[in-house]
Amino acid sequence: MELAYTAEEQAFREEVRSFIRDNLPADIQDKMLNGKKMGREDFLRWHRTLHKQGWVAPNWPEEHGGTGWTPVQRHIFEDESAEAGAPPVIPFGVTMCGPVIIRFGNDWQKQFFLPKILSAEHVWCQGFSEPGSGSDLASLRTKAVRDGDHYIVNGQKTWTTSAQFADWIFNLVRTDPGAKKQEGISFLLIDMKTPGITVRPIVTMDGGAEINEVFFDNVKVPAKNLVGEENKGWTYAKFLLGNERTGIARVGASKRELKQLKQIASSERDGGRPLIENPRFRDKVAALEVELMALEITNLRMIAAMRGGKGPGPESSILKIKGSDIQQRLTELAMEALGPYAMPFQREALEAGWNEEPIGPDYAAVAAPHYFNYRKVSIYGGSNEIQRNVISKMMLGL
Amino acid sequence: MDFDFTEEQRLLDETVRRLVKDEYDIAKRKSYMAAPDGFSRKLWDRYAELGLLGLPFAESEGGFGGSAVEIMIVMESFGRGLVVEPYLASIVLGGGLVSLAGSAAQKQAILPQVAAGKLLLAFAHGERQSRYALADVETTATKDGSGWMLSGHKGVVLNGDSADQLIVSARSAGGSRERNGIGLFLVDAKAKGVGVRGYPTVDGLRAAEVTLDGVRVGGDAVLGVADGAYPVIEHAVDRALAALAAEAVGIMETLNAATLDYLKTRKQFGVPIGSFQALQHRMADMVVEHEQSKSMAVLAALSADLADAAERRRVISAAKVQIGRSGRFVGQQSIQLHGGIGMTDEYLAGHYFKRLTMIDQSFGDADHHLDRFAEVTLSAG
Ligand SMILES: Cc1cc2nc3c(=O)[nH]c(=O)nc-3n(C[C@H](O)[C@H](O)[C@H](O)COP(=O)(O)OP(=O)(O)OC[C@H]3O[C@@H](n4cnc5c(N)ncnc54)[C@H](O)[C@@H]3O)c2cc1C
Repeated sequence: MELAYTAEEQAFREEVRSFIRDNLPADIQDKMLNGKKMGREDFLRWHRTLHKQGWVAPNWPEEHGGTGWTPVQRHIFEDESAEAGAPPVIPFGVTMCGPVIIRFGNDWQKQFFLPKILSAEHVWCQGFSEPGSGSDLASLRTKAVRDGDHYIVNGQKTWTTSAQFADWIFNLVRTDPGAKKQEGISFLLIDMKTPGITVRPIVTMDGGAEINEVFFDNVKVPAKNLVGEENKGWTYAKFLLGNERTGIARVGASKRELKQLKQIASSERDGGRPLIENPRFRDKVAALEVELMALEITNLRMIAAMRGGKGPGPESSILKIKGSDIQQRLTELAMEALGPYAMPFQREALEAGWNEEPIGPDYAAVAAPHYFNYRKVSIYGGSNEIQRNVISKMMLGL
Repeated sequence: MDFDFTEEQRLLDETVRRLVKDEYDIAKRKSYMAAPDGFSRKLWDRYAELGLLGLPFAESEGGFGGSAVEIMIVMESFGRGLVVEPYLASIVLGGGLVSLAGSAAQKQAILPQVAAGKLLLAFAHGERQSRYALADVETTATKDGSGWMLSGHKGVVLNGDSADQLIVSARSAGGSRERNGIGLFLVDAKAKGVGVRGYPTVDGLRAAEVTLDGVRVGGDAVLGVADGAYPVIEHAVDRALAALAAEAVGIMETLNAATLDYLKTRKQFGVPIGSFQALQHRMADMVVEHEQSKSMAVLAALSADLADAAERRRVISAAKVQIGRSGRFVGQQSIQLHGGIGMTDEYLAGHYFKRLTMIDQSFGDADHHLDRFAEVTLSAG
């Protein structure tokens, strides 16, 4: 048993660190570190920089443009990126759809889509959830009917992140209404510019505009956009959801947030002293840091187990539950640290280029909205209740 | 022992419940929030007509001589409907300070107007550095002939942007954070040297940053004693805390009802999600938290005006701890159990959740009040 990174791994960490230092634009870093609004272009500028470096798709096989990194190297990369405030790559193309195309797509799809995912010419979104189908995804009802060389798609997706600026959507659609629910589903790639698609924004409770409803009204999709076989889409979806698990613990991002929380608690005053010296607050921060330390090692243990080529198993549910819990509590403590100054609602202050005097300290505007918004992390990506079901069924046989 | 309402209280409860039910839902609330003052002047007039605005003031002051129990009844319903009118700022705090500390002349000049809905008050007390410490006042009051000159900055003043008169706390003596030396001053919001920067709050209310730049007021602007207002401030804030406890209980009631309804109607895997035992237990815990909070809100209302100030402090802080912690649990779980729909601005849960969250950070959060509670209860000897 040995915790230290090897000399090569340490050298790799240095390489990543200096690459980010030399290339991450200051304005993007400022937005990330201070919780300001990130637009499509902000994500894509960094995406393109990583692409030029050959680092945009560490999870892909090398022959398709992957990096050939070990799981430990990937972890180091994610860790360094998160701590430095480098934006994550928008996951829908690189992390979700790309691997499905690589594994199950045909040659045309590989040649047409993969380079454009890497170069960010195509930005993707994920059309899985529907109003009636969330945790019970397999009950989805958006249907696709074969008509010659095309499918005609009708129905509705919802909660679709980034649909407001995505070029393509990968959809789960029902192609065989008569079959058992998991067996009548197909995986279809749809150009968002196709006539009949309407995107309606959903405002979240923090005032944000990151999710949407997507309506399909007789949308004509070329049959060549079907991934793999008709009615086998559920298998591909399960493969996709399994891939989503790496990085799910979000340890790097939480370490960064913890550092910021400590800075806030050092600046805020309580009875003339820094808040961080208030024993109650101090205890809560310390206890959370202990949890984060444990999660970091749990994450590393699971990554080390993957080194032997094993894919992530149901154990990754542990990472999702703890990782989301820690992220939520970090935002909660940052909000608490501000006391009454968590109250002013200054949404404009989160826009780039806003230069009025903030109400309260400049880190105040983001705190409560961030806390409200982060209630989502225990809901999406398989809710924490569903993750507990996975642990009890798949790991424990209950 | 008797936890029942009197006949008058029952009528009051019925009236306010009905009013809130008729006049409030999320869409209506948004339309009230969009008005220049961030609330409905029309409803404010209705409250005046119904006698709600004079409820806590003595009959000789144009009021109805109601106690903290009547305020609890009103605030619980206001919580149920997530009312945005400045009842806490203007009636409970503003009016409360005047009726606790004002001279007969001041009360006569102000309270009947407040009760009639013609005059709005706000309590300009907190400061950037003060967090929840009521004695942490750096705004200064210096003698100026027979009057006073006020200078300083007041932060997150609830409904400070619509108030006609501000009740400003300022230090006329003593060092920062000392309890002695604080005074309360009536300041016309339009007076020279008063700067008001209003803004919405994350929970749908309004607040303001108030700057006082050499503001001159007469000797008759002092409420009570110019260097001895701390006990009054503490008492008025304790009443506000009891009112907030009731509001929080009303909010939890609505959140629990909405969540229970959702558990019964939302289907996944072919069954109502309320059939999953994990969610049944969660919902049961939410109900337990609501009941515990309700008990403490009742206790707080019955103790808000106790002659024994130490006992009052102890009970009020205990109630604030309870609603802070229960509110956190009920709020978070109500969103969680709704899934995606709970995250939206369109659905009601998020709005209740946000207000409940900010109630914890009003006049001391659960940690702050756990300290204050422990100070009274646990000091040795
Ligand atoms: C901000 C945000 C972004 C999202 N982005 C996307 C996206 O880009 N693409 C996409 O396809 N989807 C997206 N989603 C949807 C997300 O995956 C779903 O919200 C999630 O699957 C839960 O589904 P639901 O909202 O329908 O809740 P429901 O499934 O109705 O669940 C309601 C409650 O019941 C619980 N529950 C359900 N089943 C069980 C059970 N068997 N046992 C115990 N408890 C149970 C849940 O945990 C939850 O607490 C997003 C959601 C959010 C909030």
